Amino acid sequence: MTIASTPSLPGIGVSAVLFPAPSDYAACIAALKADAYEMCVDLCAVDYLGHPGRELPVGVAPERFEVVVNLLSLSKKDRVRVRVQVAELDPRVDSIYFAYPGVEAMEREAFDLVGILFDGHPDLSRILMPEEWEGHPLRKDFGLGRVPVQFKEAPGPR
Amino acid sequence: MSEAFDAEITELAGWSTKETSEGSQELFKRQETSKDELGREIGSVIQLPEGITLDPSQIDIDKPDDETMIINMGPQHPSTHGVLRLMFELDGEVILRTKTIIGYLHTGMEKQAEQLTYVQGSTNVTRMDYLSPLHSELTFSLAVEKLLDVEMPSRATWIRMLMGELNRISSHLMWLATNGMDLGSTTAMIYGFREREMILSFFEKTTGLRMNTNYIRPGGVAADLPDGWEDDVAVICDTILKRSFEFDDLMTGQPIFRERTEGVGGLTAEEALALGLTGPLLRSTGVPWDLRRSMPYLAYDEVEFDVVVGTYGDNFDRYSIRLNEIRESIRICRQILEKMPAGDYRVQDPKVTPPPRGRIDESMEALIHHFKIFTEGFKVPVGEVYSAIESPRGELGCYIASDGSSKPWRMHVRAPSFVNLNALPVLLRGGLLSDAVAIISSVDPVMGEVDR
Repeated sequence: MTIASTPSLPGIGVSAVLFPAPSDYAACIAALKADAYEMCVDLCAVDYLGHPGRELPVGVAPERFEVVVNLLSLSKKDRVRVRVQVAELDPRVDSIYFAYPGVEAMEREAFDLVGILFDGHPDLSRILMPEEWEGHPLRKDFGLGRVPVQFKEAPGPR
Repeated sequence: MSEAFDAEITELAGWSTKETSEGSQELFKRQETSKDELGREIGSVIQLPEGITLDPSQIDIDKPDDETMIINMGPQHPSTHGVLRLMFELDGEVILRTKTIIGYLHTGMEKQAEQLTYVQGSTNVTRMDYLSPLHSELTFSLAVEKLLDVEMPSRATWIRMLMGELNRISSHLMWLATNGMDLGSTTAMIYGFREREMILSFFEKTTGLRMNTNYIRPGGVAADLPDGWEDDVAVICDTILKRSFEFDDLMTGQPIFRERTEGVGGLTAEEALALGLTGPLLRSTGVPWDLRRSMPYLAYDEVEFDVVVGTYGDNFDRYSIRLNEIRESIRICRQILEKMPAGDYRVQDPKVTPPPRGRIDESMEALIHHFKIFTEGFKVPVGEVYSAIESPRGELGCYIASDGSSKPWRMHVRAPSFVNLNALPVLLRGGLLSDAVAIISSVDPVMGEVDR
């Protein structure tokens, strides 16, 4: 079940914002791809940990994470945005790599920085952070200033 | 080396003789690589749309593993435009597989944006794409203004267009310079930097800084154009238009240059669309997609210009597109010179725009507004917005989710270089290692934007 809405601020040239259920997400993307949305311009993940005033249409159960996909149709000169809710305990969602191979790096970035797991992604590894990094820095509960300065020979405080 | 000797060395010298692990950054042998990953590294994702059915033993590389060579390039290689690292599998001089490794310049700018107010935000985004800082500021400002729902004065819009087009020229000139350098022409490097200097001087005069200007801000621009800007811009346009033909003399007709660019790094429109490539990379394949024309923002629907497209999607097309886009931008700048409206350079909303210096001494209210804007910042209504503009490298988008406070809840920048770098395995496959430098250069990645 996909709930479509046209919020007050759809963005520049965005005609609709779709909220598919996580189980329908891949099918929704495939249908949009068939509907002449040729390009996936952007994919990012948002952590809504305790977001006070979050606007969602009726019928969409808010979860902690959200994956936001921006699709572009060159032939229709139109954009559409897909927002899928991802549960906190098992942040797992289907990869849309099958439809848009270009999201490969973007999904890796969403995994690296927010910790979303994408089923069916060819190589879900860290892309920006160091290999041995613990945690996902763009999560809201990722401690700020907790990591010590990484210069080995840095002089101590005077 | 034995374990005991190794431990002794470690103790005496204070450093270890053991090799460090590269983890998943390593380009492994084909037999040890998963089939999906292998498909990505040989750039076959496009050819196999219905699920990847590659088997490591079935792929069309007929050389056994022990006859090929895996080599590393970068991250300190001078032609990788910063800190890009690539690993190649080579058969002699021919590239079979490529793995791109990024992240060396990651400074967490998206996380930082969550700690900065919207007033401070543009100082952050301007450091992402350091060759076209004004475009990063513009897309951020457009997104914030959309959330705030404020109407820009027309002069602010046209000043933004003028600065954006000048920045596009300077960015493309920088590309011509470094591309020439990568192909061994130091003259092109000198020419490109010489012309770019004129524009940077104008930026310094207008904004106070040559790069990272923080000139375009939510609510308008930081300052009006300086006195006599018309003459400056006219001189810049005339000089650069004239000198752009020196690149034709130097490069376009030159046999060595054509030999090294024509038919090198070919790309088809299907591949470009599937990979989400935008900008000169997409236009070089013949797709006439330019956001300035297709989805006009600012006042681009009021100026005349041509969208430059290529045919073959090779390095030479990308070169000619950028060279001709310089001329188109000059054409736009000249129209802006004629049409620049009078009026305000920023929106007169005391909640968004700080009051002028003179009023702070007279008015208590102005002082309060000034203090609030620079300490707390202005509050932005709840919502989420995506704005996209055409930067010199492609679609530069900014996604902001706001929770109603004075800081963005989440700010994400859709960096064109980050996406365009994905094309490298496709572009490099089957090419020569010596062309790799030229192909990387033709993608025009700015690593500050890739890693953010």
